[in-house]
Amino acid sequence: MLEPLLSALILAGAAFTFIGSLGLVRLPDFYTRLHGPTKATTLGVGSLLIASALYFGARDGGISLHEVLVTLFLFITAPVSAHLLSKAALHLRLRSLAALPPEEGGEKPRRNGPPPANRKPE
Amino acid sequence: MTRLLPHPQVALTLAAVWLLLANSLAPGQIALGLLLGWAIALFAARFWPQVPRIHRPLALLRFVGVVLIDIAVANLAVARLVLGAPARLRPAFVRVPLALRSDLAISVLANTICLTPGTVASRLSSDRAYLLVHALDAADPGELVATIKRRYETPLREIFEPC
Amino acid sequence: MLKSFALPVAIALVAAAFALSFWRLLVGPSAPDRILALDTLYINAIALLVLLGIHLSSALYFEAALLIALMGFIGTVAFCKYLLRGDIIE
Repeated sequence: MLEPLLSALILAGAAFTFIGSLGLVRLPDFYTRLHGPTKATTLGVGSLLIASALYFGARDGGISLHEVLVTLFLFITAPVSAHLLSKAALHLRLRSLAALPPEEGGEKPRRNGPPPANRKPE
Repeated sequence: MTRLLPHPQVALTLAAVWLLLANSLAPGQIALGLLLGWAIALFAARFWPQVPRIHRPLALLRFVGVVLIDIAVANLAVARLVLGAPARLRPAFVRVPLALRSDLAISVLANTICLTPGTVASRLSSDRAYLLVHALDAADPGELVATIKRRYETPLREIFEPC
Repeated sequence: MLKSFALPVAIALVAAAFALSFWRLLVGPSAPDRILALDTLYINAIALLVLLGIHLSSALYFEAALLIALMGFIGTVAFCKYLLRGDIIE
């Protein structure tokens, strides 16, 4: 009963992880590439962790819940990394298939790379 | 709340995280978790000047359920797009006008948009008037904005800022 | 069925995911692309560790997975902050 469920969860998780990385290679520009890994991977690792919780719970005859911690952590941090990455890409004005929105505010100068690291005089 | 117990919810959450990390429910671990939760909440209190209020806990649970289902469904859609022909994608930047005002509600909305595959919240305008969202395959941007507002923003308003 | 079929297939899939992300890391072309590839690599590493833990029937790998999750996230945020501000600690 448990074993087919575990196998299905593991295969689904690994497949989603694979598809996330495949998206990283196949999709045409950075903003679309961002969608593959940050999410498909999260669901993939999520189902792998559920499988792990079930497996160790069944093995030890109790419940194993610490996998929930990693899952929760990934579900909280993945959107933050995705948001920061896309913000950084917008800041660098990376080439995009979709029309880029106008730059936020008029005061920031347009840059092509990161500003020099020794900007602060200390 | 009081000065000695500034954020009871934070303390309880930290205690729960400690128990998950220790992966045990022994009385000693429970006591240690509660002690840690209390001490960390006490020392971190100055970073959290105002306590976030959740007005409708049941609506929050329902919202979490809706988001989890959406994640699963939309993941399948993105997997199909990746395996299909990437050349036929119609990516777009979409502006979602915001009705939410509080920091917490806006961050939860942005995180939700980032978690549901196919959309990433890219930027919050400096006056918080709109959220810039990149969509992987948006045939109809207006429809996407309407869906986000109806499915996520309206429940979040009920939960965090009822007026 | 689990150990003889599902686990090897899953590990092979995750290993292929590693190779694909690594290709993106090498090819780039831009800095955010490489950060995204690193981000994917650490999530793949968590997946591989979880699979290894099930394969060896040992819960020891869980702590390693948790640490990679913590450190990978902080690394991604630090790289993004650098691109955005040119400085990590403000």
